[in-house]
Amino acid sequence: MNMNLLNKFKDPELLRGLLERMLLLAHKIQERRGEQPLCLMEVCGTHTVAIAKCGLKSVLPPAIKLISGPGCPVCVTAHVDIDRIIAATRVPQATIMTFGDMMRVPGSSTSLEARRAEGARIEVVYSPLDALSRALKHPKQQIIFVAVGFETTTPLIAATLKRAKAAGAENFSILTVHKRVTPALSALASDPSLAIDGLILPGHVSTIIGTKPYGVLAEQFGMPSVIAGFDPVDLLLALVQLLEGIEGSRTELVNAYGRAVHEQGNAEACALIDEVFEVSDAVWRGLGVICESGHVLNQAYDSFDAGKRFDLPSLTEPTKEPKGCSCGDILRGIMTPNDCLLFGTACTPTHPIGPCMVSSEGSCAAYYKYQIGERA
Amino acid sequence: MSDRITMAHGSGGTQMQELVEQAFTSIYGNALLLTGDDAAVLQPEELQASGARLAFSTDSYVVTPPVFPGGDIGRLAVCGTVNDLATSGARPLYLSLGFILEEGFLLAELKRIVASIATAAEQAGVLVVTGDTKVVEQGKGDGIYINSSGVGVVAPGVELGGRNCKPGDIIVCSGSLGDHGIAIMSMREGLNFEAPLQSDAAPLDKLTSAVLAAAPHTRCFRDPTRGGLASTLTELARQSCTCMLVEEDKVPIKDAVRGAADMLGYDVFHLANEGKMIAVVPEEEAAAALLAMQQSPYGSDAALIGTVVSVEHPELPRSHKHQVYVRTSLGTLRVMDVLSGEQLPRIC
Repeated sequence: MNMNLLNKFKDPELLRGLLERMLLLAHKIQERRGEQPLCLMEVCGTHTVAIAKCGLKSVLPPAIKLISGPGCPVCVTAHVDIDRIIAATRVPQATIMTFGDMMRVPGSSTSLEARRAEGARIEVVYSPLDALSRALKHPKQQIIFVAVGFETTTPLIAATLKRAKAAGAENFSILTVHKRVTPALSALASDPSLAIDGLILPGHVSTIIGTKPYGVLAEQFGMPSVIAGFDPVDLLLALVQLLEGIEGSRTELVNAYGRAVHEQGNAEACALIDEVFEVSDAVWRGLGVICESGHVLNQAYDSFDAGKRFDLPSLTEPTKEPKGCSCGDILRGIMTPNDCLLFGTACTPTHPIGPCMVSSEGSCAAYYKYQIGERA
Repeated sequence: MSDRITMAHGSGGTQMQELVEQAFTSIYGNALLLTGDDAAVLQPEELQASGARLAFSTDSYVVTPPVFPGGDIGRLAVCGTVNDLATSGARPLYLSLGFILEEGFLLAELKRIVASIATAAEQAGVLVVTGDTKVVEQGKGDGIYINSSGVGVVAPGVELGGRNCKPGDIIVCSGSLGDHGIAIMSMREGLNFEAPLQSDAAPLDKLTSAVLAAAPHTRCFRDPTRGGLASTLTELARQSCTCMLVEEDKVPIKDAVRGAADMLGYDVFHLANEGKMIAVVPEEEAAAALLAMQQSPYGSDAALIGTVVSVEHPELPRSHKHQVYVRTSLGTLRVMDVLSGEQLPRIC
């Protein structure tokens, strides 16, 4: 990895130039639209955090409003799925392996973190391959990997399952709650209650799926959009290009993250997904059931489904949604975290009630940490 | 607070602070403990006539793996306690070491760690004068845990503490941040980066005494270990009822550390350090303090990274909270938050 190159994307001079251009465009838009602000949604949770970290919102004029979307995989995991994951900790002799962000998400009565403190075997890993290595090393243990994520993580899980199958790892299984980004974007773009004027699209997911699947946004819904990277220079460049399009009345998809995102995406990764998974409907927190927005194991890999192997429904407690939690509406962009009555009082990062306060990518956590909207 | 201890209670962030306040200091707190500095400065009656004061501190080390690039658990155990003593302006003198060994731990590895303890103690000029060894059954420990306590002497007139920070003071940082945190994480998780990342574990008692000589009105020292710069500066802001304003572009951070942290989704200001010192000094002594650090063996990359400001400072939002703000590369201000929960990598 070339670290010097990475620092160019934080270059102060480049930033000042882009900032001036963005402010000029915003001024023009304000003159044209008057009081009504331009509503742009950053879909991805990593963008929400990156925007908060560089303090972008505090330099945006009132003409431009950025709202956070449903792009945090932990946050959009439905409550019923969280309960199912917690149920897996009740499988005798099983070790649950998970990405760290899932640890503190509250289910109906407990969380993985609390279950671990009670003695359940739960370990945080960085890669599903680590979970598979454990399974191969300890054939008598049952290893269940919690497979959460968008198209960025799905290929990695697919590659792991291919290896597991080749190695005959019968003690390895996964609990899949994978989501596909584009069907959710279509749902948002077609929701009349939202009134989004433009979308800032997730850079990481786009490196895998490429630019093509987003074509539908402009073609079907007339929604301008831009694929953005995560450094301050990337974010400002994307914003400038999106605003230029809107100001020029162009409904287009712009790729402002060309150094990582190509039209075709990562063909090898997509092929891996297709080899192991099939498209299914999925439940999203806040958005409900969205057609074709999930990935489940296909028939060839069905035997790795932990839900079926261990009859998890029988171990799952009845789902009880947290009272007063507005994560659903926050994920749809119709509320900001500050609008939630629990925000910062009953619900804090230390005592989270909803997942958006738990995940490092969650908008409530970002608003709380960086005290967004508290400025006098 | 949850009804059981969770890993978050040990991460150096918000939950740990809650645990310490609710489970410990509220039960056996006293004026000395409640000062809240890294080492207690003591003057028992018997010493009053001489004017001498003792500094006393303790710390436990449970790092996995016990040997890592740039150091090991033994070097940490010496440097950590020496540095805690050094924050009070003390000259560290004596250490105790308590070992908890797990059945099956390799003797060769223990010998290597002990050799490293000897080297670090020599560098710091301290003697290990008492110790203890316990062995626990296999599965009841993680190879090796070490507790170290230390005693030092504080020269007359040296009165350091977080409460002394005043608006207008300058924050000096002795070198690049996050090296230790990223080195451990990449070793633990088998992540390979272009540039080799090394822990910065080092004894800083010579550095603090050089700064004290050059900047006699130094307000306080603090070593940004668990919880990183964010926890350290927030503690100082609360102790002194001020705010801290850090210039993001001036904080020394190695490219490799920044790249790795960005990739994993870690905040560099939350990463642990084991060989870095933060000093808060009056403005007129800042240049001298910086030079003294830069001329010390472990301070060549030292930099002035920010200022102490009043909560009424016109640039700050009117929240009246004693906290830390960062001026970003965009020129905007944002809050530098304290780590909450465990430090965990992001999913996508």
